Amino acid sequence: MTYLAITDLQKHYDSYHALRGINLSITEGEFVVFVGPSGCGKSTLLRTIAGLESSTGGSIELDGRDITEVASSKRDLAMVFQSYALYPHMTVADNLSFALRLAKVSDAEIKEKVRSVSASLQLDALLERKPKELSGGQRQRVAIGRAIVRQPKVFLFDEPLSNLDAALRVQMRLELARLHKKLGTTMIYVTHDQVEAMTLADRVVILNAGQIEQVGTPLELYRQPNSRFVAEFIGTPKMNLIAANKIVRHEDNLAIELLGQQILFPAKRLKGPLPDSVVVGIRPEHMTLVEEGGDLSGRIELVEHLGSEAYAHLQLSSDQTIIIKAPARTELKDGQEVSLKIDISEIILFNENDRVISVIPEEA
Amino acid sequence: MKRSITRLLMAPSVIMLLVWMIIPLSMTIYFSTIRYNLLYPGQNNFVGLMNFEFFITDPGFIPAVSNTLILLLSVLIITVVLGVMLSALIDKPFFGQGIVRVLLISPFFIMPTVNALIWKNMMMNPVYGIFAWISESLGFEPIDWLSSYPLVSIIIMVSWQWLPFAILVFVTALQSQDTEQKEAAQMDGATGLHIFRYLTIPHLARPIAVVVMIETIFLLAVFAEIFVSTGGGPGYDSTNLAYLIYNQALLQYDVGVASAGGLFAVLLANIVAFFLIRAVGKNLTV
Repeated sequence: MTYLAITDLQKHYDSYHALRGINLSITEGEFVVFVGPSGCGKSTLLRTIAGLESSTGGSIELDGRDITEVASSKRDLAMVFQSYALYPHMTVADNLSFALRLAKVSDAEIKEKVRSVSASLQLDALLERKPKELSGGQRQRVAIGRAIVRQPKVFLFDEPLSNLDAALRVQMRLELARLHKKLGTTMIYVTHDQVEAMTLADRVVILNAGQIEQVGTPLELYRQPNSRFVAEFIGTPKMNLIAANKIVRHEDNLAIELLGQQILFPAKRLKGPLPDSVVVGIRPEHMTLVEEGGDLSGRIELVEHLGSEAYAHLQLSSDQTIIIKAPARTELKDGQEVSLKIDISEIILFNENDRVISVIPEEA
Repeated sequence: MKRSITRLLMAPSVIMLLVWMIIPLSMTIYFSTIRYNLLYPGQNNFVGLMNFEFFITDPGFIPAVSNTLILLLSVLIITVVLGVMLSALIDKPFFGQGIVRVLLISPFFIMPTVNALIWKNMMMNPVYGIFAWISESLGFEPIDWLSSYPLVSIIIMVSWQWLPFAILVFVTALQSQDTEQKEAAQMDGATGLHIFRYLTIPHLARPIAVVVMIETIFLLAVFAEIFVSTGGGPGYDSTNLAYLIYNQALLQYDVGVASAGGLFAVLLANIVAFFLIRAVGKNLTV
């Protein structure tokens, strides 16, 4: 059942069209992540849902109530900001209880709610401190606590982890996932970090230039992107793209010519008519280095050792380099000539308009 | 060795500053203990604390002290309250904001003498002042501000002069207020008034402390406005300490009593500063 429905939402700044007709429906209890590059409109979308920005068209409906024109204080949403936005002159306890005090909740109830929230976020010992006496992670927990204590209909997170260091970020990510499991409240989370998007989300919304590019579960987006933008955005390192200028039907297969070498692609995985040219997308993890007789060959330009694995940058031709994920203790040397084998079942084809024209193979 | 070189190099400026401070102070203290009237030259005998006794028992003394404090507190309250309200009003962008800001700041650039003349001759004059014209066009008797309400007139002039300073400080401070905090409060259900009360005022605590302290320094020594407009009168109604001292030294030619008054003013400034810093200083450590 749709809990939060966004219909044809538009946002114009003076000369800039920030949101170009957003349609999205979110069910109750879902964890939805908005992800996209800088300036794609993900924060604007979140702030419009929060009511901090007014929309210039379309509607937002929450739990059967049209909230498009409702003031943000009356929307029953809680938001966690990137800068945490704690009230600097109030103690942690006052920060947590601010909304309740404004809502004239009784003292006993406030006390009880603050107690239970601070216990669940391990803030008990910090209640009398001011925000500036807290570490980054503690401030983050206070900001989350301030949202939880109100028991809102939807939590909004605006890049909440981007001010934390890497180790703490992983820990807080986990805590957020636990929190969502425990509370079961609908959460909308904005990030530019695709790892956060993939690990936290029930559904990911990828935005690009003010429009929704694709909505799906993390795995769907990884395996079945519907455009080149999504394919390149999801996955680390980025998907390799190689232009093939010759493609012919060859019985049940398509023969695609890649840099002078031919690979065979099952024809039944093509949707739509045979195009004149395609771009072949191969993820770094779907290629293996072989001694000889591979699909492509090239010279190693650089090897990046990450410990658990290694990324080899391969020069295939004068203007084409690709990245391959190799085992950790690889013997690869810079300048070495290597051959590589492509996992045909995992490759994705794009047409000249950057739309995907292949489907994933059915599971055997 | 190293320390003595540092001290040696610092010595000239330290000595300079000490001399700068100590010579006037010790001369004032010296003058305050001798008979020193310009009408009786050469009779500079030691009189002990007699000058202080003269100054404190002067009929102008009690009014001068109370006028000084009333003037100080009234102007502080007016400039801080109005300053906070006006700055909050012009904080949000609107058409003509730049011009409005310049106009609000500009009284600060007008020298006190001119300020007093403008108010005396153009605003408060009972015959051709603007206030008189307003009263008359509403059918009331025009008020002779300077003789009927001399201290209030001075307070209005000085507030007009110092309000821009407060606005300048508060506007700058408001610009550094975090917008996400206000948005967070909005999400928490706060209205504009709540945000002003719970976020803006605490945010302004430190700037308010700064304004209060700096204004105190200058307001204890208001002189030009009184000299130009009311001349301390009628009677002692608008005489403050600074004006009383001037009165002693240059109208009654008694440098000795004036010096004693000066020392009393230093004492009063310290007492006021002590209480103000106690009251306001807490905010400086937020």
